[in-house]
Amino acid sequence: MSVDQGPAPERVIRPQRGFITINFGELWRYRELFGFLAWRDILLRYKQTYLGVTWVILQPVLMVVVFTVLFGSVAKFPTHGAPYAIITFAALVPWQFFSNTLSESSNSMVASARIISRVYFPRLIIPASVVSSGFVEAGISFVLLLIFMAIYHVPVQPLLLLLPVFLFLTFLVSFAAGAWFSALNVKYRDIRYVVPFITRLGMYVTPVPFLWMDIVPERWRMWYCLNPLVAVIDGFRWSVLGPKFEPYWPGFFLSLGVGFVMLVTGMMYFRNTEKTFADII
Amino acid sequence: MAVISVRQLGKEYKLGAQMHDTLRDQLTALFRGKKKQVEKFWALRDVSFDVEQGDCVGIIGRNGAGKSTLLKILSQITEPTEGEIRIRGRIASLLEVGTGFHPELTGRENTFLNGAILGMTRAEILRKFDEIAAFAEMDSFLDTPVKHYSSGMTTRLAFAVAAHLDPEILIIDEVLAVGDAAFQKKCLGRMSEVARAGRTVLFVSHNMAAVSALCSKGIYLERGKVAATGPIEEVANIYLRDALPGGDGGNQFKRGDVRGTGEVRFTDLQIMALDGSKSVVAGGGLRVRLSYEGNTDNVPARFFVNIYDAQQFRLLSLDSLTGGLPGPFPKNGSLELTLPTNFSLTPGRYSVELAALVNEAGADHVPSAMHFEIQGGDFFGNGRQLFNSAACLLRTQWELNPPTRVS
Repeated sequence: MSVDQGPAPERVIRPQRGFITINFGELWRYRELFGFLAWRDILLRYKQTYLGVTWVILQPVLMVVVFTVLFGSVAKFPTHGAPYAIITFAALVPWQFFSNTLSESSNSMVASARIISRVYFPRLIIPASVVSSGFVEAGISFVLLLIFMAIYHVPVQPLLLLLPVFLFLTFLVSFAAGAWFSALNVKYRDIRYVVPFITRLGMYVTPVPFLWMDIVPERWRMWYCLNPLVAVIDGFRWSVLGPKFEPYWPGFFLSLGVGFVMLVTGMMYFRNTEKTFADII
Repeated sequence: MAVISVRQLGKEYKLGAQMHDTLRDQLTALFRGKKKQVEKFWALRDVSFDVEQGDCVGIIGRNGAGKSTLLKILSQITEPTEGEIRIRGRIASLLEVGTGFHPELTGRENTFLNGAILGMTRAEILRKFDEIAAFAEMDSFLDTPVKHYSSGMTTRLAFAVAAHLDPEILIIDEVLAVGDAAFQKKCLGRMSEVARAGRTVLFVSHNMAAVSALCSKGIYLERGKVAATGPIEEVANIYLRDALPGGDGGNQFKRGDVRGTGEVRFTDLQIMALDGSKSVVAGGGLRVRLSYEGNTDNVPARFFVNIYDAQQFRLLSLDSLTGGLPGPFPKNGSLELTLPTNFSLTPGRYSVELAALVNEAGADHVPSAMHFEIQGGDFFGNGRQLFNSAACLLRTQWELNPPTRVS
């Protein structure tokens, strides 16, 4: 059940052939539904459990403690003078955004099977709304990060103003992955076994618990930067820790480019499989 | 002006193949170079019709005739395989009430969410909220999670939201079949108000009474094709004649050669509701009228009426002797067999077999004399939908015994 929200004087329904592009006008018309779905996802996440908020606080703090002890104190990874807790925390904020929203968005189409088989709307807003709900958690984590910065006497400096930009880039990369995996999951139900693997292993491949520039040999750098999360995490560290932690720019832009390609292809793949969703879900 | 025009619409489904593959299967298939055999069938083919502004059109047809597929294509949920539809105006489709309701959310939250899913804007929902709450007859529970609601309450709220949709074209599936009778009536009233307000309504239902009351025109789908269109009375009559027995009994009663001695021969069979109407409803009772011709007067015959389900399982074998009519019978005559209202077969398709014995010898046998359909109805008088999990329905009495003391 749905009302087409446009004033469209005439609408034609016919088989779509060939390559389907993204209909941004339509997505814009359904922005309110997108808002409602994101609002629902947030409500549900924090309603079902009173531990919800506590867990959101506890999880990154515990991880920071483990990483600081393991990589900072025991393995003595280079820190370039910054507190190890802040090095990992600054990376954890985008990483958690990515991994938490990916595990939920990859399953989001299947979880919305009922709505999908009853109502029309651009399906892309389903993974998009799930990924957007990650902003709430990111907000909480950011406040925690500020507290940690105060504890470790890390000064707040102007680069911090760039943080929203990097957070938005995190959203785009997460949404790209969400679009890919949610569409794949409709067609191939064993994809859901792949996602936890990515989120577990990904943390160590992605430079979350360490500064990768010191570890990855020079000739492997560009290869390493094919990971779209490298740019986002380097950006976060840069804006939190200051100019000394400036990203390795060629790698940064390569990583960003990979993320962008993933986003475009993800949305395209989603769009081109979308029309079959109601029939096979 | 036609607000909906449908041209050569077709939808093909793939059968047999498992719909969602696993990546593993696909990869193994790739290496083995095997292609899965897929059977295809057309759920709709070459369907064309126009709906004029302000029309209220009933779409009727048996299960599997393609009604739901047509609705899904009109609602843009699934894409047609061929043909096209042109729609002028804001369209809303109700294929279900309460889509998107979440048990953890409160009535108020669900109203907003469901309204948005239905296509209402935030401003629209805010404006109509009090009206919706009043229509659902619940204001003190709005901030309680829906999981604590009774099923009736949830349905009422879901209906209330749906009833406040305000599109130019409204497509309604058989959603009125749930909820208690009084609330159903209220919703039907609301729907006909919508229709009278000059909006275009497409209504799909098995409930011929509701269709006839609500609609002025009809489209009858049969095996994925349009079998008839026109004024609802005409289309409904064609449908009833085709789909249901007894309408023109003579046409429907099919028999081959006499199998047996021929001392009595069946000449006609009609099946109807107790009030003589053609539509047999679960819980409305059933009347079987059969006519025969004999060779002589005072035939010592015994008549059998056997009822089979769609899987050709014999559900009932009813005979005139045990039914209290031992005969003998006149040369030509007609018999009436009545199935009571407190018992019913579950809604579905059935077939009737007729047999007659004279002096224990087979006189006539018509294996598949007629097919008939039992429609869903309010068998238990409480507006609840019927479970089709068993062959029969029976009104029974349940009592709770007072606790007994074990000494």
